[in-house]
Formats: sequence, structure tokens, C-alpha cells
Amino acid sequence: MMKRRTKRNPVEQIELPTRIFRWIVLAMFAAFWVIPVVWLLLAPTKTDNELLQKAPLSFGSFSTLVDTWNNLLWFNDGAILGWTFRSIAYAVSALVIAVLTALLAGYALATAEFPGRRLILGLTLTTMILPVSATVLPLFLGMNAAGLLNTPLSVILPMAFFPFGVYLAYIYFRRSLPPSLLEAAAIDGASSWTTFWRIGVPLAKPVIGLLAFMNFTVNWNRFFLPFVMLNDPDTINLPVGLNAMVRSTSALRPTFLGTTPVKRPEVALAALILAIPVAIVFIASQRYLISGSLTGSTKE
Amino acid sequence: MTTLRRDRTSATSTSHGRRRGEGAQGLLFTLPYLILLLLFGVFPAAYAVLILFAEFNQGTPDFFAAGLENFRVAFRDFRIREVSVNLAKYLMVSVPFGLISVTLLALLLHMRKSRGAATLRTLFFVPGALAGVPAVLLTIFMFDPNLSPFAPILTALGNESVVNTLAEPNLPTVFTLLSFFAGAGAWIAIFYGGLNSIPNELMEAAVADGASAWQLAWHLKRPLIKPYIVYMLVIVIATNVQLFAEPEVLKAAAVAPINPTWSPNQLGFNFAFQIGLFGVAAVISLAMLAVGLVAAAVVLRFTNIFQS
Repeated sequence: MMKRRTKRNPVEQIELPTRIFRWIVLAMFAAFWVIPVVWLLLAPTKTDNELLQKAPLSFGSFSTLVDTWNNLLWFNDGAILGWTFRSIAYAVSALVIAVLTALLAGYALATAEFPGRRLILGLTLTTMILPVSATVLPLFLGMNAAGLLNTPLSVILPMAFFPFGVYLAYIYFRRSLPPSLLEAAAIDGASSWTTFWRIGVPLAKPVIGLLAFMNFTVNWNRFFLPFVMLNDPDTINLPVGLNAMVRSTSALRPTFLGTTPVKRPEVALAALILAIPVAIVFIASQRYLISGSLTGSTKE
Repeated sequence: MTTLRRDRTSATSTSHGRRRGEGAQGLLFTLPYLILLLLFGVFPAAYAVLILFAEFNQGTPDFFAAGLENFRVAFRDFRIREVSVNLAKYLMVSVPFGLISVTLLALLLHMRKSRGAATLRTLFFVPGALAGVPAVLLTIFMFDPNLSPFAPILTALGNESVVNTLAEPNLPTVFTLLSFFAGAGAWIAIFYGGLNSIPNELMEAAVADGASAWQLAWHLKRPLIKPYIVYMLVIVIATNVQLFAEPEVLKAAAVAPINPTWSPNQLGFNFAFQIGLFGVAAVISLAMLAVGLVAAAVVLRFTNIFQS
């Protein structure tokens, strides 16, 4: 009896009450997450009136979707194209700088002994836990003094500062770079740079993916930092632009008789555009994400 | 193979495999990051402390001129009480709701490793892509009884329009659902990773002793992922204290009347950028940081996480 039981998968048998409870709870939360997303995907295919009159989860038409897109383009002569372009440019620039600096620093901190190494590690750990709200104000004053307010650099550089990434790269190189490999490279006369580029970087491919993923997903949706640093229509990015559009068109006000073509379907479409890049990244990396292997240890 | 390598290493290299005599190179590699660390990590932290005691005229600081005046202004402002009460309510709803739901969902999903459970984890996770401004806008739609797919629930609760559903007394709940919608999937993935690392032998032994799936989840798995629960508690408090985008976008949308400075972070922003009192704003930032740190200290002490 005992033996037969231990051979089974230990989580295979669920008693009926638990099974029923399990499915009710999971179904409720599935509805909580799925219904709003489905609604948002369908909203741009309907006109503002249809949003009120048609069933909430009904499809409008493709021609309405085209109209919605054109209405969105109407706002400040296609301002959304500029916001999107700048959002991509800021996030990608920050990502490239963040990953490069983190790899270089993580590699050096893990493989070389130099003065200040411990201090740099300590400061990295300390600044990692500083909340944005505590640093945005001094950063604003610093950017103001440097004349960088309203420039791309005022958001790219703070987003490229990635202490968590440095620490991850440091741990990774510390664990996965066999010292013998470095020794062999040094004996063969390879410079530090060659060793880093030929041995360190190829070995670090998994961690490069993780760093890029974390940096991009955090920075893409950021609101507070660009909201503080940018207020020129020519430098704002997608989250700040979307907030400005919602405020200036009163698109969401139920009692407001707006004269602009930007209404709720247009706002829904803009929100989708803002969410798409991260959604793509999430879906592409879901295999790693949902197993928890990016975030915790796993046996799977 | 590995042992061979190690043996060879110990004979030829210094401790931990770090090569000495390459100090300059190491520093050179670290330099680009070091510049960022000093400019965007160390400088803001140090400058934030200076600002606390500085007086500002037209945006130019006069250091140490204010003494404790910034603290006095911040704590005497009538709004500090309002934003503190708002934040306290939000934390009291969002923290327990988030912790309990995430723990429950992770445990329920982990009961059976079926394809359906894997799909659900993806479905719970991907909406996190809407975090930030899109999630706030979607929330406004979802709480509008005139167009929401949840309208039957909203009207059953006695709401006629979005002015009712997004009225100030409801905002702690609304922001809780909002942050849960955007963030809980990632926490479920983290908890699930933790559950996966529980040794199979342990669960097999419990099953052999006649433990039900529920007993297994509650008495074996839940205590074993306690470090993850504590970690989430600390991070969620620290994050939720900084609430900014949610009330700010709600204010911009102007669908329902909302206090223009609903959260402490908004009040700080108001002091800094509308009134020009950067020192007072810095005091509020420090207070928020203190709340996060004190909460972390209390949680860690209360849960004895480092002793077990």
C-alpha cells in the first residue's frame, strides 16, 4: 500500500471539494484578467457610440478600426508617431548602455582585483534599493543645472543606470566563468579585452537576455521619470504623451461634449500601442517566465 | 572534468580566480558603470539629503539656509494628513489582498501540473504588459457601468455611473485591483518557481502519510515558500508607497472628481513643481522612503526570516 502510493506523482490526487474550489477560484481570476484585455482589444473596432450601445465584448468592424487609427493620428498632427518613436529610441538606447556597462562592470568585478572594488559593490547594492520617488527630485535639479531638461539624455541616462543588472552579471560571471579558462587565455597572451569579448560575452548569453528583458520591461512603461523630466511636445514619449492627450481632449469624460475626434476608442487604441512591445517580449519569453526560472530556482 | 579543472586552477591562480596585477584594467572596465553610479546613484542620494535643509529661490538652492523649516512646512500642511490617510487605506487593502490572492493562486495552480494550469499562468502574466498608464486607462473603462463588461456587477452594487464607481472612498479598492491586475502575474510566477524547488521526496513523504492536496498546499508548501511571501511583502509595501501614475492619470482623465494631490508622491510633486518648494518635497520623499524601510524592518523582525 505504502509503496504503491509513493510511486505516484505526489500532487496527482485532489479531493472533490478542493477540486471544485480550485476551479471556481481559478476561473474567477481568469475572468478578472482576460475580460478586460479582450474588451481593450475589441474597443478600437467600435465607435464611441457603439461602445455604449453594443455588447461590451462584441466586435465592431475593420473599417471602424481604420477610422479610429486615423482619428488618433489627427491629434496634434500625428503626435503619437513621434511619441512612439521616442519611446523606442529612449528605451533601446538605455537598454544598450545598461547591458554593456553592466556586462563590463560585472565581468571586471568578478574577475579582477582592483582598488575600490568592494566599495563599488557596496554602493551598487545600496543604490539598488533606492526608490525612484527619492531620487527623481535631485535628478531633476541636477539635470536642470546641467541644462539637460527636456532632452533625451535626461531620461536615457537615469534609465541606463542599472545596478541590479551589474549585480546579476557579477554573480553570473563569478559562478560560471571557470578561472582556468581565464588563466589559459592569459597564458596564450590574450588581452583582458579579448578575453572578455571572446570568452566572457559568449558565455554570458543567457544573462544578457535576462538583463535586456528586465531593463526594457521596467523602462518602457515608466511614467514618473519622463513625466518630471520632459514637458516639451517634441521630446515627450508615449506614456507622457498619452496622459497629455487624455487631459487635453477630455476623451474620457462622460458628460463632456467634445468636438475632437479623439474619444474612448482612440484612447483604447493608444493604450494598446503602448502595451504591445512588452506584451510581445512577455509572450516570446513566456516559457522562461511562467516556470519561474527567471525569477526563482526550478527543477523543471 | 570539473574537479580536474579545479585542481589545475588551484595550482596556478590566486584565490577565487581573480587575477592580480590587472587593477588598472579592472577599473577601466568598470569605469562606464562607475560614472553612471556616481551621477545617478550616489549623487541623487547625497543631494537629496542636502535639499532637506536648503531654501529655494526661483529654483536656485541656498544650502543649509532653511534649517528645519522644510520639515515644519511639510508636517504642518493640511494635506499631509489627507495623503497619509489615503495611503494607509490603500496599503491596508492592497497588501493583504495581494499577498493572500497570490499565495492562494500559486498554491492552487501548483496542485496539478497540467497544460491548463500552464496556460492560466500565462494568462495571469501577460496583462502585466499593460502596467502603468494603459492599466489606469483600462481601469477607468472597466469601472464605467455604461460600457464595462462588468456592468452587471457594478450596477448590482448600486453604481449608476463612473462618478459613483470612481468616487474617492472607492479609490483604495480601485487602485488595489489595478496594481493587482498589472503586477500579480509576475509574483505568481516567482512563487511558482519557489514551489517548484521543493524537493519531490518531501511531498512524496507527505502523501504517503495520507496528506490531502489541500493539507499538502497549506501545511507543507506554504511554509516552505515563506521567504518568497516575506520578500513580496517588503517589495509591495515599498512600491505601493510610491503610488503616482494611477491617481495622476485619473486626475488627467477627469472622469470623476479626485483630490489633485491624492497620494504622498503627488503632494511632493506639487510642492516641487507647482510651488517650487523642493526642500519640502524632499522631506516627503524621505518620509515615504522611511515608511518603506520601517515596514521592511518590522516585517523582517516579525517573521524571523533570517533565523530559520
